[in-house]
Amino acid sequence: MVTIYERKLGSEGKPGLSRRELLKRGGASALLVISGSAVISPEHAWGLETSTLKPETMATLIQMARDIYPHDQVPDKYYAIAVKAHDEQAGKDPAHKDLVEKGIADLDSKSGKDGYTGLGWEEQRVAVLKQIESTPFFQAVRGGLVVGLYNQKEVWPIFGYEGESYSKGGYIARGFDDIEWL
Amino acid sequence: MAASFDLKNDGVVVIIGSGAGGGTLGNELAQKGVDVVILEAGARHEYEDFINDEWDSFAQLAWTDKRTTSGDWRVAKDFPNLPAWIVKSVGGSTTHWAGASLRFQEHEFKTLSTYGKLEGANLLDWPITLAEMEPYYAKAEAKMGVTGTNDWPRLPGNNNFKVLKAGADKLGYKECHTGNMAINSVDRDDRMSCQQTGFCFQGCKWGAKWSTLYAEIPKGEATGHLEVRPNAMAIKINHDASGKVTGVVYADKDGKLQEQKARIVAVAGNSIESPRLLLNSASSQFPDGLANSSGQVGKNYMRHTTGSVYAIFDKPVHMYRGTTMAGIIRDEARHDPSRGFVGGYEFETLALGLPFMAAFLDPGGWGRSFTTALDHYDHMAGLWIVGEDMPRAENRITLHPDTKDDHGMPVADVHFDDHANDTAMRNHAYKQGSALYAAVGATRTFPTPPYPSTHNLGTNRMSAKAVDGVVNKHGQAHEIKNLFVSDGSQFTTGGAENPTLTIVSLAIRQAEYIAGQMSAKSI
Ligand SMILES: Cc1cc2nc3c(=O)[nH]c(=O)nc-3n(C[C@H](O)[C@H](O)[C@H](O)COP(=O)(O)OP(=O)(O)OC[C@H]3O[C@@H](n4cnc5c(N)ncnc54)[C@H](O)[C@@H]3O)c2cc1C
Ligand code: SF4
Repeated sequence: MVTIYERKLGSEGKPGLSRRELLKRGGASALLVISGSAVISPEHAWGLETSTLKPETMATLIQMARDIYPHDQVPDKYYAIAVKAHDEQAGKDPAHKDLVEKGIADLDSKSGKDGYTGLGWEEQRVAVLKQIESTPFFQAVRGGLVVGLYNQKEVWPIFGYEGESYSKGGYIARGFDDIEWL
Repeated sequence: MAASFDLKNDGVVVIIGSGAGGGTLGNELAQKGVDVVILEAGARHEYEDFINDEWDSFAQLAWTDKRTTSGDWRVAKDFPNLPAWIVKSVGGSTTHWAGASLRFQEHEFKTLSTYGKLEGANLLDWPITLAEMEPYYAKAEAKMGVTGTNDWPRLPGNNNFKVLKAGADKLGYKECHTGNMAINSVDRDDRMSCQQTGFCFQGCKWGAKWSTLYAEIPKGEATGHLEVRPNAMAIKINHDASGKVTGVVYADKDGKLQEQKARIVAVAGNSIESPRLLLNSASSQFPDGLANSSGQVGKNYMRHTTGSVYAIFDKPVHMYRGTTMAGIIRDEARHDPSRGFVGGYEFETLALGLPFMAAFLDPGGWGRSFTTALDHYDHMAGLWIVGEDMPRAENRITLHPDTKDDHGMPVADVHFDDHANDTAMRNHAYKQGSALYAAVGATRTFPTPPYPSTHNLGTNRMSAKAVDGVVNKHGQAHEIKNLFVSDGSQFTTGGAENPTLTIVSLAIRQAEYIAGQMSAKSI
């Protein structure tokens, strides 16, 4: 099971890990920390437990997801939710586990000694993604994101999409024709 | 009370499909006292059950049984198993549809005589004229509550429409309004008026938009002459030695095969399934499929020349609020070869929610060019292009040689290549659409590729002569008197207009003909 959980307050009374724990554990990227079988966002107080994929793989997948569909105003948490289905699928289907683990390993090897997440600029990472764009691995990740990311109701307000409207009586009295700048 | 007919009752008219064509025909016949069984592959969901959520609604209503694709159209690459976005549910695609209801123009019934022979196109005149259709158009508009007809007011324009209208004015277009929509602009027919909910493509939860599901079928059922059998997937039409059809084999809700006997069979499964069924009904007497001695069954598949233009502005639009198809520009619908193509096209506003926008704006696209477009989703306006495409013999539905569905029936392969005329028209429309939004201050525009086909037409076409098509001007098979085609697959050519008003008008006309022939005992 993959769980995305809100983390309890750390020992310094701030969300997430304490500074000391953070320094001690280090991690693949500056933003996400690997702890046991979990990927943790110390800054934003959430964690993601993996069951089949390596947590490092999951952290790289999250970065990859953001590089494929970069929205600077969308927090990592939603990218994590969007890719967690790969862990679930990998649990049921060894071929999928292989596809993802090998895909990420390949991505890392193409990215130099610090791996994919070691590349500092999005352009550098995108250049690596371009090399694997037509692989089944890339297409599986990208394809899954189209629904996995954009169909999360929680991200809709970030884009200004209001979703369901029937229960609110439609827009007949809520601005269907409120444009003023024309 | 809804009727319930015995499987062995061979006095009934069996209609396959309960959408625009089948649902209308069923009610019209029932009103005339004719006993009808509609076999519908999908389940029955009433309008309260519809879901204001794009993917959940798609899962509830859309036809997702496997199909395959081939040809140079981009849909074959982006959505290889989803050539068409249509419905499998009682009400058919009239649950999903937007409601735009336009009459064909006179010359669109006479394309071969008007456009002349075009290389690579299989143009043909319809065996009917606009004048013959006019009374039936009028009946259809009255039954469907089409705005801008019968003194019903047009709908108020939403934000997306206002942007379109401002652009149309700047470009000098003259005919721009909120359309002729089969959506109640006032309460009528025991249904309320449009609440501008913005989920027309997901089924109207208010019932304001016309659908056979709640505007035709219950009325037919109330006569006691109509039974709608949901979860009944027709697989084969049987015939006797004299070549008359005798019944329909279908898989029931448990997947068990049943045969409903019939006096008359009318096929209305939409333009992919209807020819699939006729082809799958091949027998030693009809080795190429039923009604196919012309070889035209499945050919001349048309899907309208479509595409969208979305544009971003520096200020908000909120295009998704209110009716999905909220307005139209008709100036380009004329036939004017000086533009570099024959036939014409309409501009109609269109809005997708964020989930569908992500899936359809640039299928397969990724990276910042794609995501910065979505970042301004609430500053976007959008329109859809719908124009006449050319019928081509190679654009066709065939039975897949190996792939079968759950009932063992070969799946349909949909082959489509754009004709040069389609491409020229689409490019013209992209240019005009982009110019329109630029004129209102768009900072970026997106010529968006066609979605999986929502308008599927032409695969059992009408013709005056039996060698040129599958059915005559009443939708009656040239070679089998008691077999009819009652959906958009009858279209000889596609016109620039959204097809449903014409499908419904043809069904009303066909019901008169069938009832007449039945009482005259000729079928
Ligand atoms: C999103 C969307 C928007 C649209 N907007 C418009 C618009 O604004 N204006 C317009 O004019 N048109 C519009 N259309 C098109 C319109 O919906 C169709 O043209 C019309 O519904 C077609 O009617 P039909 O009878 O041919 O088929 P349908 O309405 O699709 O009905 C066919 C029915 O047959 C059933 N069926 C198929 N095969 C079998 C079988 N073997 N056995 C039993 N049942 C079977 C199907 O499940 C389905 O319910 C839109 C379509 C979509 C999808
Ligand atoms: S906008 Fe109007 S027609 Fe469309 S779903 Fe809402 S109420 Fe129905």
